[in-house]
This record gives sequence, C-alpha cells and structure tokens, in this order.
Amino acid sequence: MSIIEVTDLVKRYDGRAVVDGVSLSVEEGEIFAILGPNGAGKTTTVEIIEGLRAPDGGTVSVMGLDPQRDRHELRLRLGAQLQSSKLQAKLKVREALELYASFYPSPADPERLLEQLGMAEQRDTAFEKLSGGQQQRLSIALALIGNPRIAVLDELTTGLDPQARRTTWDLIEQVRDSGVTILLVTHFMDEAERLSDRLAIFDGGRVVALDTPSGLVARVMTEQRIRFRPSETLDDRLLTDLPHVTSVARHGGQVVVTGTSDALHEVTSVLARHQIVAHDLRVEQASLDDAFVSLTGRPLDA
Amino acid sequence: MHALLTTTKMEARLLTREPLMLFFGIAFPSILLTVLALMPRLSEPDPNLGGVRFIDYFAPSLVVLTLAMIALQGVPNTLAAYRDEGILRRLSVTPASPALILIAQLVVNLAAALVSTALVMVIGRLAFAIPLPRYIVGFTVAFMVGITAMFALGLVIAAVARSARAASGMATVTYLLAIFFGGVMLPRFLLPDAVARIGAYVPPGVQALTDAWIGSAPPQTTHLLIMAGIAAVAAVVAAKLFRWE
Repeated sequence: MSIIEVTDLVKRYDGRAVVDGVSLSVEEGEIFAILGPNGAGKTTTVEIIEGLRAPDGGTVSVMGLDPQRDRHELRLRLGAQLQSSKLQAKLKVREALELYASFYPSPADPERLLEQLGMAEQRDTAFEKLSGGQQQRLSIALALIGNPRIAVLDELTTGLDPQARRTTWDLIEQVRDSGVTILLVTHFMDEAERLSDRLAIFDGGRVVALDTPSGLVARVMTEQRIRFRPSETLDDRLLTDLPHVTSVARHGGQVVVTGTSDALHEVTSVLARHQIVAHDLRVEQASLDDAFVSLTGRPLDA
Repeated sequence: MHALLTTTKMEARLLTREPLMLFFGIAFPSILLTVLALMPRLSEPDPNLGGVRFIDYFAPSLVVLTLAMIALQGVPNTLAAYRDEGILRRLSVTPASPALILIAQLVVNLAAALVSTALVMVIGRLAFAIPLPRYIVGFTVAFMVGITAMFALGLVIAAVARSARAASGMATVTYLLAIFFGGVMLPRFLLPDAVARIGAYVPPGVQALTDAWIGSAPPQTTHLLIMAGIAAVAAVVAAKLFRWE
C-alpha cells in the first residue's frame, strides 16, 4: 500500500472548487513533487494531507491514518515545512530546535541536525538575523526534528539564490536517502526535474499528468514541431489528414505542424507530391516546459 | 507537559529580550511611584482625600496601570503578531497545540504582572511608608478577579482582531479606557461622580482594589461578583472566537 493515498479529493472555497477531484499516491521512500502554477490547488492539497484543512469530498489516507480523525497520531509521524511561515523574531536557532524537539517522543538530536544542515555556526543566532536561505534551512530542520516518516515541503527554494537552491536540493536528496518519504510542492520546473522520483502536474485543481520526469519528457520528446513557409497556398487538410500529425497552425505566412516523430517524413512526402516547396524548414524537439504547455494549454510561468 | 514547560521557558526568555516591554510593564509603575512620592505635596496628608496622602490614594491606580500595560497591550499585541506571522499556524502542524503558546504567554505575563505589583508594594512600603493592603484577603480576591478579567479582555482583543494592526488599535483604545477609569490619567477624586462610579465596574476594578488597600471596609461583594462575571463572559467569548490563523 502506498504511504499516501489521495482519492477524488475535492475542496471548495466560496463555491469554487480549488481542488477538483485530485487522485494520487505516494510510495514510501520516494520524492514526489507536485508541480504547477500558483493557484493550481497544490498547497491546499498538501494542507489537506497534513490535516490542516478538511476536505469537502474524497478520501485521504496517510500511513493508514485519516488526517482529520487521527490528527495527533499523524503529527507525530509527519513533519511539514509551510510556505512563508516565520518564528518569533528573537528566538535563537538552537532554542527553536529544542522547543520543537520537546513536542516529539523521540526527536532527532538538534546538534546533529544543525550540522547536517550546515547551520552549526548559527546556533545562537536569532531568527530575525538569519538570511533567507538560513531561515528556509531552519524551517526544514523543524520539519525533520521529530524524525518523521514523511516530510512535506512547500515551496522550498522560493526567494533563494542559485547557490542556496542547489545546497538545499543536495540536502533534500540526503534526507530521502535516509529513508524519509518526501512530498514536495513547487512551481519551479528545474526543482521538480532535479529532485523528484515522480511528479504530478497540477492545473486548475486537477492532476493533469502523473509520471516520472523522464516519462513526461519522453511523452513529449516524441512530439516535434515542424515550421516552414510553403511556396504555394496549402490546404491544411492535406496535413491534418496525415496519421502522425496532431495539429496545424499558422503564424502569418508560416505553417507550424505539430506531430509525433514520423510526422516529418509524412509532411515532406505530401508536400513533394503536391510540388510544394517548404522554405525555411525548421524542426524543433519539445522540452518539459513544452510538456507542461501541451498538457495545460499555457506556460508554467503564466 | 514537557512541551508546555519548554514553551513557557522559551516565551519567558523571549520576554526578557524585549526591553521596552520589560520597562513599561515591570519597571515603569515603580518608577512613577518613586517620582510622585518624591514630590512633597503628594506625600503629605491631603485634606481633599480626607487626610490620606496622595501616593497612598494613587497606589491602586498603579496596579491598574501595571495590569493594563501587560494584559491590554503586551498580550493582545504579541498574540496577534504571532498569528499574523504564521507562528501559531506552524504549531498546528506539530503534535503540540498552538494553545500551548497561548498558555505560555498567559503564564509569563501573569508572572510579570505579579512581579510588577510586588515591586510597587515593596518599594512603596520600604521607601515611602505606603502601607500594605489593609484587607489582605479582600485585596487578593479583588486582584485575582481583576487580573483574570483583564487577561480575558486581552484575549478577546487578540481573538477578534483581524490583523496585528487591528489588534494594536483595539488594544490601545481598551488600554486608554482602562487607565482612564482606573484613575491613572486623572486621580479618581477629580473625575465626575458618575464617571468615578463606572470605574468600579471597569476591569480590573479599581474601586475594589482601593477599598481593600486603604479603605475602611473590605471590597463590596457586588463589585467582585460583577468583575468575576465579566471575566467569565470574556473568557468564553475569547475561547469561541479565537483563530489560529
């Protein structure tokens, strides 16, 4: 059985379904990413998994527990790092860890955790004096101090510089290697690609695709985009009728044919048969960003 | 339990890192007492007060000042800020309840209020011959009931305010009302009769404190019961309305 099972999850705010029938399952020991633009329902979904919010429909099972009914049990075994959540300004790093450690029956050693996170020198630094990256790392530490089986991390590297992001990614992989299952929420494509064993793409409150990163890319890698300027007027149906062509669009004088990898051969054959020359012919392979666009109809950053 | 003790310890440490709060909440009432007591006219028997010295008359108002500062400024502002910053919410994802921080805040601030009041009494007694309360039991009851009502009010403000800014505004208004009716801004004998009488029912109940301290009879049961009632109602309202986020 998967360590997290979500089935047909629904959550409404003001009558609008922010989470609209989400189903997914997370296997123990993997890093599972939830990727999508802002407002896609990612944070709401994980908040329901954490037990912070109650669903309006569907079922959630985490380690066999119901996040609403078995709240206390769940919190003993699940650590969460929330988006943009602060601590008391004058609380020192060491004190924050001691405080949170006191909530759990068998917490991790705060000192060791600080070292793992590269924060040993900030032991006596007040929260308000930490840099953004250090505050994030402390946040992760607090999610891990209870020795959880699952860690839920929401927007891990927002606002961090590239170096801090990479350091954080290394850390997360170490955590996964130590046996913790990680559920990651992100709107960064590179983060999802780098870290996740599997990922679910969210859009408009729904799961639009669920696969390994390479699986998703492979789906789209077989897609090509062929651009050219035809020497003569061309009936689109000549192209759309071809079995390996999925769509045809026009941008000014340019024809853009999208299709799978055999489309190129079919397109050039049909053009040759009708004695149409393809000027400025270009063939593009799609990327993960394109996978997102093709699945949701718009870029991730929109 | 371990979690509650650790949380309380941390909140206590955090309070010691707030110099302003420490000054105004704990030191200031005693400083004010000292400043007033050093003025000759105020430390002589005053015919307007029936022969009582002004500083004796004013001592209960200093208690009001202490309680107002701590319960109606410190508590609501701190809790509302904690909520705004997501500190309470962060706790609700741990096995510990955010209620722990609430309790810790109350304990720490209660201790601060006790220290501040004790300071006023001790300095008053040793330096300026202000007698200790005449009716010790009555004073203790009036004090406990009054402080409960004040803290409950502070919790209502923290519960009801939509943001730290809103809490600050509401807290300031309530604070000013409390010290006005408590005879801190103007001594109560200068207030119109009707206003002074209302003051008996405004938390923490300066009339009951005054009666018990320098009065000729213990505090009136009506005053105490009404104050207890206010405390109970405020506590229930705060409990029902409090949001962690």
